[in-house]
Amino acid sequence: MNDALRIRNLNKTYEGGFQALKGIDLTVQSGDFFALLGPNGAGKSTTLGIVCSLVNKTGGTVEVFGHSIDTDLARAKMNLGVVPQEMNFNQFEKVFDILVTQAGYYGIPTKKAAESAERYLRQLGLWDKRNSPARMLSGGMKRRLMIARALVHEPRLLILDEPTAGVDIELRRSMWTFLEEMNRRGTTIILTTHYLEEAEALCRHIAIIDEGRIVKNTSKRDLLRQLSMETFVLDVAEPLGEAPALADFDTRLNGEGQLEADVQRGHPLNALFRELSDAGIEVTSMRTKSNRLEELFLKLVEEGSGDQQEASA
Amino acid sequence: MNPSAIWTAFTTIVVREIRRFTRIWPQTLLPPAVTMTLYFVIFGNLIGSRIGPMEGFDYMAFIVPGLIMMSVITSSYANVVSSFFGMKFQRSIEELLVSPVPNWVILAGYVAGGMARGLGVGLIVTLLSLGFTDLQMYSVSATILTVIMTSMLFSLGGFINAMLATKFDDISIVPTFVLTPLTYLGGVFYSIQMLPEFWQGVSMINPILYMVNAFRHGILGVSDVNVWVSLAMVAVFIVILSTVSLRMLSRGRGIRH
Ligand SMILES: Nc1ncnc2c1ncn2[C@@H]1O[C@H](COP(=O)(O)OP(=O)(O)OP(=O)(O)O)[C@@H](O)[C@H]1O
Ligand SMILES: [Mg+2]
Repeated sequence: MNDALRIRNLNKTYEGGFQALKGIDLTVQSGDFFALLGPNGAGKSTTLGIVCSLVNKTGGTVEVFGHSIDTDLARAKMNLGVVPQEMNFNQFEKVFDILVTQAGYYGIPTKKAAESAERYLRQLGLWDKRNSPARMLSGGMKRRLMIARALVHEPRLLILDEPTAGVDIELRRSMWTFLEEMNRRGTTIILTTHYLEEAEALCRHIAIIDEGRIVKNTSKRDLLRQLSMETFVLDVAEPLGEAPALADFDTRLNGEGQLEADVQRGHPLNALFRELSDAGIEVTSMRTKSNRLEELFLKLVEEGSGDQQEASA
Repeated sequence: MNPSAIWTAFTTIVVREIRRFTRIWPQTLLPPAVTMTLYFVIFGNLIGSRIGPMEGFDYMAFIVPGLIMMSVITSSYANVVSSFFGMKFQRSIEELLVSPVPNWVILAGYVAGGMARGLGVGLIVTLLSLGFTDLQMYSVSATILTVIMTSMLFSLGGFINAMLATKFDDISIVPTFVLTPLTYLGGVFYSIQMLPEFWQGVSMINPILYMVNAFRHGILGVSDVNVWVSLAMVAVFIVILSTVSLRMLSRGRGIRH
């Protein structure tokens, strides 16, 4: 079982008939640091909610380290730690009690639970606050408390739903360092975020979800490469039998016999035309190919920066 | 989960529940102590001495079992309904939903928490009553069995109420409009033999009457109804309400979308 998470054909229709997920397939390998990216309302929380038993699925299968949530739920849950998007503490309970109680729910006896609670409270800089009721913590502290709570039973897969929303830059960086260290020590991590920067800094694989569908699922490297490319569609004077092999550009023929060429952003177009001329190809017209991925990204970037402004306002 | 892990999870819930109601003791433990002391003073001492004996006991001795039972019922119900609804409202119920605790353990934990408060308050009221009357014990086992089963039943009732509730109003409707009238009309303050035949008949469909009488029987040895029938009835209701609660939990009614 090398997969930390396997989701197949996951569907969710909420009461009232809204279809939030339309057949999600997702595999996250053990040890990976995975980002689920998508605009507001894309279905990120719904997907993760189903994985963590907070949302009932309508169809499909989910396995956590090979344990199906339909047939082997307790073991699936044992391997899972969850940091939800919204605060969900009992506001009156003390920080330390929250962690020990959570550990108790996983069957960890009090003494061991207290040790684990102390370890994570110290690591997340909350040890001084151990006797404060949750409601007396600042927003950033509450976020960290949710992370400590998710880890107290030492899950192999940690799921974080927008862990750094509304967190200042400094704290965000220290959370990143913490998560990277967890990942290095073997915890598989999946997070959702609006911040491209965050996915870029932390993750090895990125899936993009929009309107209940996975629209991209690839390595960070590949994604960044694709994003930095612009594709041009060229009409040529003489029909081509096959795409020309150019030195600096990938080209291909599309279904309509037009030539498509990938150009690195910032790379002068003159070079493309020069190479085409050298290959004896005459271009009669040109347009950029609309890029869904790019549109999505623009949407994300706008939302992300909106949040940032809010957070700093 | 293996049995020892399940035990840990169960005690975790119970400890958390006990911590909750002891932390807010001025809201949970003090009010019944004050109210019941007033009942003892006013109904028992001041008015009771004018009422004369009821079923062969002086009025104070007659109402004490009923008042203890009333506190147990109210406190058991209130504990579970407010604690579980509070968890739903603050969404801290999610802490349990993501964990591997089986549903029956969640239910058992909350019911045990309700019983801890119900029986704790019952004990406080009993101790207070000793300042006003000599409490005898006709049958210790019957008394304890009755109070435990009643507390369990109303804890379950509180649980179902909390599962169904969507706003704070919903958790006070049943206690105010159902439990309180049924308790007052359930023979706490009078023997139904005092009522005209028609109202005696009507009283017999009040389930709380049976519990109050079974409990009074345990203490005084007198009852308006058959004690074993009462206990059997309570047992049947416990089974029914447990089944309903577990079904609601497994569907995630109101707690999982
Ligand atoms: N309880 C619910 N009942 C009905 N519809 C819901 C419910 N929860 C979510 N939805 C809808 O499902 C869709 C997906 O929501 P979800 O919370 O999964 O989005 P998200 O990707 O997490 O968005 P965000 O980035 O804003 O957190 C949205 O259109 C939302 O309105
Ligand atoms: Mg979300």
